[in-house]
Amino acid sequence: MSLNRRNFLASSAAFAGASMLPRIVMAADTIKLGSILDTSGIFDAYGKPMDMAARLAVDEINAAGGLLGKQVEVVAYDTQSDMALYSQYGQQLTRQDKVDVVHGGILSASREAIRQTMRKTKTPYFYNVLYEGGVCDRNIFINGVTPAQQVEALVPYAMGKSGKKVYILAADYNYGQITARWIQKFVADNGGETVGVDFFPLDVSDFGSTIAKIQSVGPDLVIAPLVGGAHLSFFRQWAAAGMKGRIPLASTTLGVGNEHKVLTPEEGNGIMVAYNYSQELDTPANNVFKDRWAAAYGDSDLIHEIAVSNYQGVMTWAEAVRQAESVDRDALISALESGLSIDGPAGKVTVDPRTHHAVLDVHIMEFENQGMKVIETLPQRQPIDTQAVCDLSANPDDNTQYEIEF
Amino acid sequence: MPGSLSKDAITILLVTAILIWIMPQLISTYTLTILIVYGMLGLSLGLIWGFGGILCFGQAAFFGLGAYTYAIAAINIGESTFPMLLAVLVPAAFAALLGAMMFYGRLTDVYLGVITLVVTLILFKFINSTAGPQYVIGNARLGGFNGIPGFQTLNIPGRPDDYIWGDSYFYVCAVLLALVLFLVSALLRSSFGRVAVGIRENEVRMSLMGYDVRARKTVLFAVGAAIAGLAGALFANWAEIVTPSLFSLGQSAEIIIWCIVGGLGTRFGPILGAAGLAYLKFLLGQQSVVDNTLITGLILVLFVLFLPKGIVPALAGLWKVSFGRRPQGRIHQQRRMRNRGGANG
Amino acid sequence: MDLTVVILVEMLYAVASLILISAGLAVIFGMMKVINLAHGEFMMMGGYATITAVNLGVNIFMAMLIIAPIVVGLIGLVVERLVIRHLYGRLVDTMLATWGLSLFFIGLATMIFGNTTTGISTPIPGFAIGNYQINGYNFFIIVIAILLLIGMLAILKATRAGLIARGAMQRSDMAAALGYSPDRIYLATFFCGSALSGLAGAVLAPLVGLVPTSGGAYIAKAFITVIAGGPSLIAGLFSSAGFFGIVNQIFTFAISPVIGEVALLVAAVVLLRLLPQGITGKFFKGNF
Repeated sequence: MSLNRRNFLASSAAFAGASMLPRIVMAADTIKLGSILDTSGIFDAYGKPMDMAARLAVDEINAAGGLLGKQVEVVAYDTQSDMALYSQYGQQLTRQDKVDVVHGGILSASREAIRQTMRKTKTPYFYNVLYEGGVCDRNIFINGVTPAQQVEALVPYAMGKSGKKVYILAADYNYGQITARWIQKFVADNGGETVGVDFFPLDVSDFGSTIAKIQSVGPDLVIAPLVGGAHLSFFRQWAAAGMKGRIPLASTTLGVGNEHKVLTPEEGNGIMVAYNYSQELDTPANNVFKDRWAAAYGDSDLIHEIAVSNYQGVMTWAEAVRQAESVDRDALISALESGLSIDGPAGKVTVDPRTHHAVLDVHIMEFENQGMKVIETLPQRQPIDTQAVCDLSANPDDNTQYEIEF
Repeated sequence: MPGSLSKDAITILLVTAILIWIMPQLISTYTLTILIVYGMLGLSLGLIWGFGGILCFGQAAFFGLGAYTYAIAAINIGESTFPMLLAVLVPAAFAALLGAMMFYGRLTDVYLGVITLVVTLILFKFINSTAGPQYVIGNARLGGFNGIPGFQTLNIPGRPDDYIWGDSYFYVCAVLLALVLFLVSALLRSSFGRVAVGIRENEVRMSLMGYDVRARKTVLFAVGAAIAGLAGALFANWAEIVTPSLFSLGQSAEIIIWCIVGGLGTRFGPILGAAGLAYLKFLLGQQSVVDNTLITGLILVLFVLFLPKGIVPALAGLWKVSFGRRPQGRIHQQRRMRNRGGANG
Repeated sequence: MDLTVVILVEMLYAVASLILISAGLAVIFGMMKVINLAHGEFMMMGGYATITAVNLGVNIFMAMLIIAPIVVGLIGLVVERLVIRHLYGRLVDTMLATWGLSLFFIGLATMIFGNTTTGISTPIPGFAIGNYQINGYNFFIIVIAILLLIGMLAILKATRAGLIARGAMQRSDMAAALGYSPDRIYLATFFCGSALSGLAGAVLAPLVGLVPTSGGAYIAKAFITVIAGGPSLIAGLFSSAGFFGIVNQIFTFAISPVIGEVALLVAAVVLLRLLPQGITGKFFKGNF
């Protein structure tokens, strides 16, 4: 495994080097795509594949003749998992490099750190990550799934397979808090009962006492939107305590960073999730995508949900440029607001003109032998959470992140 | 420290003027602003560690506290003048309490380190777990891991709609740094500053001479925190978002590294160390060949091994060897260098 | 009743894991007055050594208990020769240098293993206490911690090497005058300390998802435990790990894991304020 990674690193470094060369040659007349991601530091498990996906998308666009007769040039910065660097590179991209579009940001905090800069400098901004929903800003386009899109699909399925009493374990930050509220709503809507909610900061890695606590409550189902490496311990300790066969698990986050490949089949099998993408998605578009990825980077192991989101984000932008026949912001936004859609590896992605979020396919999946087996596909789900609070066609000057109340 | 305060003032004025003229032509003012803010943060630890002998593992706590105080006050008040003042006062008051607890308990060296480290961790964990809607101060949601965005940024005092931003914000920060540097110089030249250095050199002797060592250390600690708090508020205005990572151990580590690389026991060392390393980090982010954490670590190890005094004293030494007269403070300075490790632990 | 037993086991486990986490740091600090801030990264490397070995087909217990400590011990040897050796007696400088090393190792591990989470599953099945299922691996950790304490005690008290080590710890100049090279003793001590860190990382690896930055989660806890323990190595380790582990678990059960962590930290502040020389500085006079 480590050997593969090393090869991959070498090849990606070579790739980065190679893609830097033409920059000097063609700097005169290119379309500049700014990319701002954590490709080192603690979030690079998310950021590195996202960066690879963006470069893959741009290479494909360029191989097909570029946009508007010009080549697309990537201007990428590594924010090293440091929020202050987001502000700095955001300024750098917009004021010095004067890029035509910015894709990037991983955590919500990083998005908020650069969103206003993008707005002030009128640089179209694509945030291509699954997140908590609610951002309402005409300058930003978001194509990750939001909690309601996932939870609406996941909860009825998971409750149908287990029972009515649900225990929620969520990561203690914005995403987890909001997702937990949506889960409670949909559990109630489906006639169930939430018997417990616990929040865990991202660095908690010892869940022994929690597992005992859950047993003393005795739920039928545990839904665990836990995030990151430390929280992965929960699923491991859950299995180690022999709870695996007793109470079924579901999650809206596990697998986004390819965590299912880390858990052994005994630990992972049967955990229910709902996402926009799975490597096991057997569609022609996904198979082609995986082949291209493998051709560029050696193997397709690293592809994950938000890498695909990032790829689809770049492709959506490219399609909008083609339709608008311009990279000008206002032309681009009207093209995107025309209900534009693309066919990505994860299926059809449509821009919702009212919220600038995405209408996409949500797949209900179960972990099976370190893969995510697709059980059911719910086509073209609306971002109902953000739609409840945000209407950019009625209120184009809106610039807030709403917290959705029920 | 040879020379007089007026000479200091002239030096600071000249250096500031030159930097304000020249630097914006080399680096964008936006990046320069953050380098200045980090410089001020470096100076705050440089003061209490380099001159007071207090090794604080939690300088980031005061930085974050200043930033959060500013953000929360700005959301509630909507005008930036009073929040700026609060952002200096709150960390200073917090440090005075913490300092009193530590110094009156006669905690020293590593134990001091552990307490400051632990307090930083507590603040970090607390702020990190405030994502829920129940954590509100006035109109400000604390926001947990995601931090607080969207607060009023710096405005001309009394006129909340006239924002100071871009180039003018850079000038404000530069002038503030010069002012803080001048005040620090004045403090170090006062009898208080001389006694503080005396305490660093030999605490027992100073207390036998009748100085109240505990009170003086507490005051110095609070002054350092006030400067860090100001830097935090300036940071909040620059980034327009505050996040718990400001409190993190990583941030504290960086401040210590800046001081070591720049040079302890000097006023300019920590500032230069901070600005230089922050700029290096910024440059490193534009390449993807070698992991950046690895390079930062390597720099630190190499400095401790081969240039433990830091850049500024090394350069100053070189300068003196080549050109200088023999300054009065030389012997004193040598002893200070030799004692650096011993004085702290 | 069942729940009480479960809570008791979880408490013992918390204490045992604190002992494991802190042992390596305690040996190096207690013997050499060097605070190894790369301790967490030594543990992280122990974890990676285990996982790599298991993936290569080595038996998991063999990998955890033998291979990982040796690998990390050897890395410790190199570190001692290249860096630490030049910094003896300079407490602050060693802290800074090892801090730099910790960043260096994080970067290195990221370049070699990537930053995706890895891990192995626990080799011991779950365990039923009445109506409750608990993690059988907890008992393994508890047993290892007990064996570790007994082993350290035995070596320090009953062997010649332990005698020399204790002597060098108290008066390195006298030990040198008697013909025992402090240089060699320090080298051996650093090897042992690193190996213990590697062992801890290896033993805890099956419980967590491992990333190159995992070490950061341990260092603060270990640091606090060791300093609060005070000058006496084993008694200090045992008493402060016991105190913090129990405080942590009580608040974790009663309220939440965050409050548990915060309670641990607050307890540390209060403890150090009341006993500035650590627990054993006040109550124990021994030096082992």
